[in-house]
Amino acid sequence: MPTPLHLVVCAGIVPDPLQTLEPISTAIAPGLKNEMVLPAVLDPWAASALYEAAALAARNPGSKLWLVSLGPKAKLQQVMMTIAQKVPFELVPIDGPIGGFPDAHSTAQVLAETIAALPGLDRSKLLLFGGWESATRGAGVTLQLVGERLGITDQFQGVDQIELRDDGSFEVLERVEGGKHQASVCAGAPAVLGWATGNLAEPRNNPQVGMANMRTVMPALQKAKPTTLPANGLRFVSVALPKQQRTTRVVKDLTPDEIAAELAAWIGAE
Amino acid sequence: METILVLTHADDSGASLTKPSLEAVTAGLSLAAQLQAPLTIGIVAVDPATAANTLASTGVRLIAVSGEAFAQPRYATDAAACEALCRAANATMVLVPGSSRFARVAAGVAHRLNGFIDTHITGINAAAENIEVTRWFYRQRIEVVLSRDSRPWFVLLDAGTHAPFIGEAAAAIAEQIAVQPPTIRTTVAGLRAPQQGAQTIRPDARLLFVAGAGWTKKQPDGQTHVPEAGDLILGLLRATSASLGSSKSLVDQGGEGHSVLPFLTHLNQIGQTGATPRHPKGLSTCCHGEEPHVVGWRFIAERRAISLDPNCGWARGKADVVYVADAFQVIAKLNALLEAAKP
Repeated sequence: MPTPLHLVVCAGIVPDPLQTLEPISTAIAPGLKNEMVLPAVLDPWAASALYEAAALAARNPGSKLWLVSLGPKAKLQQVMMTIAQKVPFELVPIDGPIGGFPDAHSTAQVLAETIAALPGLDRSKLLLFGGWESATRGAGVTLQLVGERLGITDQFQGVDQIELRDDGSFEVLERVEGGKHQASVCAGAPAVLGWATGNLAEPRNNPQVGMANMRTVMPALQKAKPTTLPANGLRFVSVALPKQQRTTRVVKDLTPDEIAAELAAWIGAE
Repeated sequence: METILVLTHADDSGASLTKPSLEAVTAGLSLAAQLQAPLTIGIVAVDPATAANTLASTGVRLIAVSGEAFAQPRYATDAAACEALCRAANATMVLVPGSSRFARVAAGVAHRLNGFIDTHITGINAAAENIEVTRWFYRQRIEVVLSRDSRPWFVLLDAGTHAPFIGEAAAAIAEQIAVQPPTIRTTVAGLRAPQQGAQTIRPDARLLFVAGAGWTKKQPDGQTHVPEAGDLILGLLRATSASLGSSKSLVDQGGEGHSVLPFLTHLNQIGQTGATPRHPKGLSTCCHGEEPHVVGWRFIAERRAISLDPNCGWARGKADVVYVADAFQVIAKLNALLEAAKP
């Protein structure tokens, strides 16, 4: 029997992983050189969360899916042109700073207040999704903090799978040490799930889904509330690219036998 | 004046402390010595006696939350236990091991105590009572030293960044902290390996072997040789007890309907959306791209690569040695050598 869910996915935007990043100092906090013109994508692990949430919503008629995203409006709009074609959702944009240097606690506060104020949200049906870590700050704490602020004490991180049962309970697989999963069974919503990769491939672009989403995405972006994120006593002492550059020995003239012998000796050496 | 608390927890046996916990103890002792600050160690275990005895030689105050309710890693109970330990210690600095168990709850506990948290800390240093920590941003691309004025400050230490504490065991008693177990809605069913057969992820291995997408591409004869590639890779893992990492593109091929190596999962993935493991040595094969060479290899000490592309810009400057060769041929020879060398 399907269980209608209220799925809220928190997902930030990050520079395309193939871009070269260079830190700079700004008046407020560190930033990235040309940050606003770097191509952006939806945070990869959060994107997994979005696709898993959409699949869950599709399997459970009556469910609703919100995508809550904090970032500069212009960058959000750019990313939504792609993401909106993937799966149906209602965008809840928050116009705020981009990047990994704002404090996670401030980010969590804004997200929690936004989620708490979502019209029609039934917290007893709430599954709060997001990436277990971002590709920017990569702290793995924002979702946890949002959950605490919303009073949710069933939380799972590094999730690769959720299996919903007829009684509303669900089994979760979380990544733990040694390449293993911890399997847990939760009595049901509300819960927080910080997703790792999951099992779903990226959905193909669907222009019809895109058109339906964009009807609500553009007005939502226009109405996005601007927010600032206090530093909470966080001070950056230094921000730098790693300087270590190795002197690479390129070996072109050895036979496979000779290379194997060299590698065997290297592997065996202490 | 800072007061320091190190949180620790027991392993699957319920008694002995985990390696990341012992690493956090080392970090706590070092920080306390630098600051000349009082240190308390908190233990979460079914029965904390063994753990307390292990920590006896630290000579610091030991406090514990124990009982069956706290046996399994679970947000509600672990958060309640850690919160109680933090309140009992009344610490300004809380060092937390970067285990999956405590990474799940540390931020929540910090919030409950009106504190702040920074995670994935790779170094901690105190100069003139000004504590600074080091961590990486943008998936190991930008190194940052930061500090906080706010207290309590929770610091989640990355595993493998400190030596585990070793001390002579002696009889010690941990002060029991009473906790009312919270309502439990989650039952832990146990651990599962993602695939049957060979164990390919070994965090304690000396060698990380990275397989790239080239293993499943067409070879000089115009054909793919995926089964042979799988045999060669598994053979090397058997011979060296290495841990297996893979590039994103290779793992993703499974979801795109291409030939895949059946023992690979997303758990093997290193790089931007995967792990950044710590091993003394790393050997990458058939990889081309930033993912394995820059991000995934950040914490690999000695790095070698086998690639057919002598101009691979990603390997240059990142690897110590690049062998321009066919990995199929080299690994076959290497496996034979390693097998022959076995006693």
